[in-house]
Parts: sequence; structure tokens; C-alpha cells
Amino acid sequence: MINKKVANVHEALEGVSDNMTFMLGGFGLCGIPENSINELVKLNLKGLTCISNNAGVDDFGLGLLLHKKQIKKMISSYVGENDEFERQMLSGELDVELIPQGTLAERCRAAQSGFPAIYTPAGYGTEVAEGKETREFDGKMYVLEHAFKADFAFVKAWKGDAAGNLIFKGTARNFNPAMCGAAKITVAEVEELVPVGSLDPNQIHIPGIFVQRIFLGETYEKRIEQRTVRTR
Amino acid sequence: MALDKTGIAKRIAKEVKDGYYVNLGIGIPTLVANYVRDDIEVEFQSENGVLGMGPFPFEGEEDADIINAGKQTITTLPGASFFDSAMSFSMIRGKHVDLTILGAMEVSENGDIANWKIPGKMVKGMGGAMDLVASAENIIVAMMHTNKAGESKLLKKCSLPLTGVGCVKKIVTNLAVLEVTDKGFKLLERAPGISVEDIKKATEGTLIVEGDIPEMSL
Repeated sequence: MINKKVANVHEALEGVSDNMTFMLGGFGLCGIPENSINELVKLNLKGLTCISNNAGVDDFGLGLLLHKKQIKKMISSYVGENDEFERQMLSGELDVELIPQGTLAERCRAAQSGFPAIYTPAGYGTEVAEGKETREFDGKMYVLEHAFKADFAFVKAWKGDAAGNLIFKGTARNFNPAMCGAAKITVAEVEELVPVGSLDPNQIHIPGIFVQRIFLGETYEKRIEQRTVRTR
Repeated sequence: MALDKTGIAKRIAKEVKDGYYVNLGIGIPTLVANYVRDDIEVEFQSENGVLGMGPFPFEGEEDADIINAGKQTITTLPGASFFDSAMSFSMIRGKHVDLTILGAMEVSENGDIANWKIPGKMVKGMGGAMDLVASAENIIVAMMHTNKAGESKLLKKCSLPLTGVGCVKKIVTNLAVLEVTDKGFKLLERAPGISVEDIKKATEGTLIVEGDIPEMSL
């Protein structure tokens, strides 16, 4: 067993520095790497490029990094629900690249899988395709989208072991699996770090080969963005 | 009388067939789930990674790890599955989802759709809309026929930045059901009490009216 376990978030983030490009898992606030984000806030890194489907809310998730003006550029598919984001974007302080959600996922997966680029129909004929190579296959037009290049991927899983194997829960899976192994170093934080051998190999979502460092997250707030319920 | 949002959802629900996998957008489309016949089997897909979405949870049973693409807490039904975003869009781009229902700001008579950006205003992003419209074979747009200023949203050409080109097949508005054809918007049904003349006035794009246009039944 190759041991990927590190003692804490501090060790897990060794090597991060200003002006790096990070991938961060999560959809809205669901399945975000809360511990890694909080540590990035503490480290006060600047000039970051963040690849993440969303940008958090004003006082949680990536919103915390935005608030301290640590992010230079966001690559996302949807960035509502964040006033500070809007202010920085409209004032030009923050560079924002909006791309289709499936393209974001596939550019991660391409990086993970060794594909330099992929063709997707999403965005053809729109401003998203401007300046990009297009090509016809079987009478339909596609846009060439390149694999992301990132320094670190920060992902969050439900359970993991020291071998780096990961299991996700519910829709907290989202972008996390495609980001594993898609950056130079993948840091996984988990709610439960279980003994090696206790996870059923049949049930592993991400094999440890895609993960360089794994640590037990300290606390998880797991904030809910839209609490919707029905009456009994 | 023109339909309200619930009426539009009820009419669209009739387009949902037995055995369909359906992706619902935010807004009016979300309401469609409430009006699908209960004697057919349909599974709702949410692009954040769930198939077999159920109703909202009872109070106290919300799970932060189980949400829909609108970030609302949801439940799952027996037979449901979770998956990652890449696989979710494989379902969508790979044409495994049978029906996509989404809202729009503008639709043009050749089936272009604009629903993600108003230049000069805050731009929140396209989310999964571009992937959905670029791939789905069967797209129904749910929207009001005119905007708040009374201007038609069914145009010769979209004025807003596009989400996709030549992709919309059917439109259900508060006034009418229309099909996008090579020659323009073909009027299929009228909302109860709405005349063909009312619909003509509210449609900027080419409107094709052939024979008697029936009132829609809800």
C-alpha cells in the first residue's frame, strides 16, 4: 500500500503558492473542500486562478477567497448568489471565464485521462466558441475545447483510506471525481478516514492512484443554499 | 385567458411520455414534475448528478449532500442513482435523456435560443444550458410569450447572446403551443379564450397558421 495520508490540512497544502491554478470540487456549496478552502484563506495566497463550477456565496466556500481578493481569475459555469463576486467582476478586478457546465467537467476529465482536447457540441454558434477551432462530424458542428492545466486539485469525499481510495456521497460527488488526477497534485479531504482494507474494492469511486495526499477534514459545516421542504 | 405559469407547466406535462428520462430547467420547467400523469413511469435527471429525483424532503429530513441543480434539497425515489458531473453530461450530450424542458428569454423562428446573458447586466453564467440545448433531440421551451415590456420573445432573430443554434423544437407559452419549422413558428394550439389574432400580435417572428387552431386542453 502506498501511503497518501498526511496529518492535517497544513501538510496537505504544502507547495501551494501565489499565482497558481487550482481545481476545486463542488456544486454550489455541496461537496466543496471546506478545509482546503479555509486553509487557502489563512495562507492568504494571491493571484489565484480557480476552476470551479461555482464561486461560493458571500461568506462561505470560494466567496471567502474572493472576499480577500485572493482570486485573479475564475473559470466557472454559473456564478450567481454572490454579491462580492458581482462587484469584482463588474469593476474588472476579477477576470471571469464562463463555460458550459459539461465542458467544464470534460476539460477536467480530459486532463485526468491524457486527452489534450475534446470536441463538444456545447456552445457551437455562441460566443463561447469564438476564436476556437470547430469541426463537423456526421453533419453536426463541434467545438474543440482543451484540457485544463492545474497545479492542485482540491476535492472532498465522504470516505477514504490512506491508499487514497475515495467514496462520495449523494450529489456531493459532482465535479470531485473528474478533478482527481487532473492537476499535478490532487489533495483529497474526507469526512471519514477509514482503515486500509475496510473499503470494499467494488465500491470505490476513485482509485487511490489519482490522489497524492489525503487527510481527515476537521469539521464540515455543509451549508445548505436552498433549504426546500414539503409539509407532512 | 392567457395561462399562468402553472398552466404552462400543466400543458407541457402532457408532452412527457411513459419511459422518458427528463431534464427540467429552473423556473416554470421545475413545476412540470407536479403535473405528470401518475400512471406513467418517468425519471427526472438533475445535471448535478442524480437520476430518479423525488419530491422535496419533509422538514427535518433535509440532507446537505442531496440537492438538485437549483441547489434545493431534494429526495430520491426507489431506483435512483448518483453520478459525477462528467457522467451526467455524458447522459445529456450522448442523447440518453429523452426530453429537456427549459426557459428562455428569446427564441427565434429557426430554433435559436437565448437564455443566459443580458449584455451590460450581471451575467451569472450558462450552467448546463448550452450542453443541454446542443445535444437534446427533444427540447421544449417554457416561457411567457412577451416580456415585461410587452415585447415579443418569439423573434425572427434573437437579439441576445445565443445559448444554442437551431435547437428548439417546441414552445409552450402563456398564449400558445408552437412548433419550430423550416418556415417559422407553426401555431398548433391556442390558450383557452386566446384568439389567433392575439397570438399574431404577440409574435414578431413568422407565424404559420394553417386551418383551424384548436384550444389546448389542460
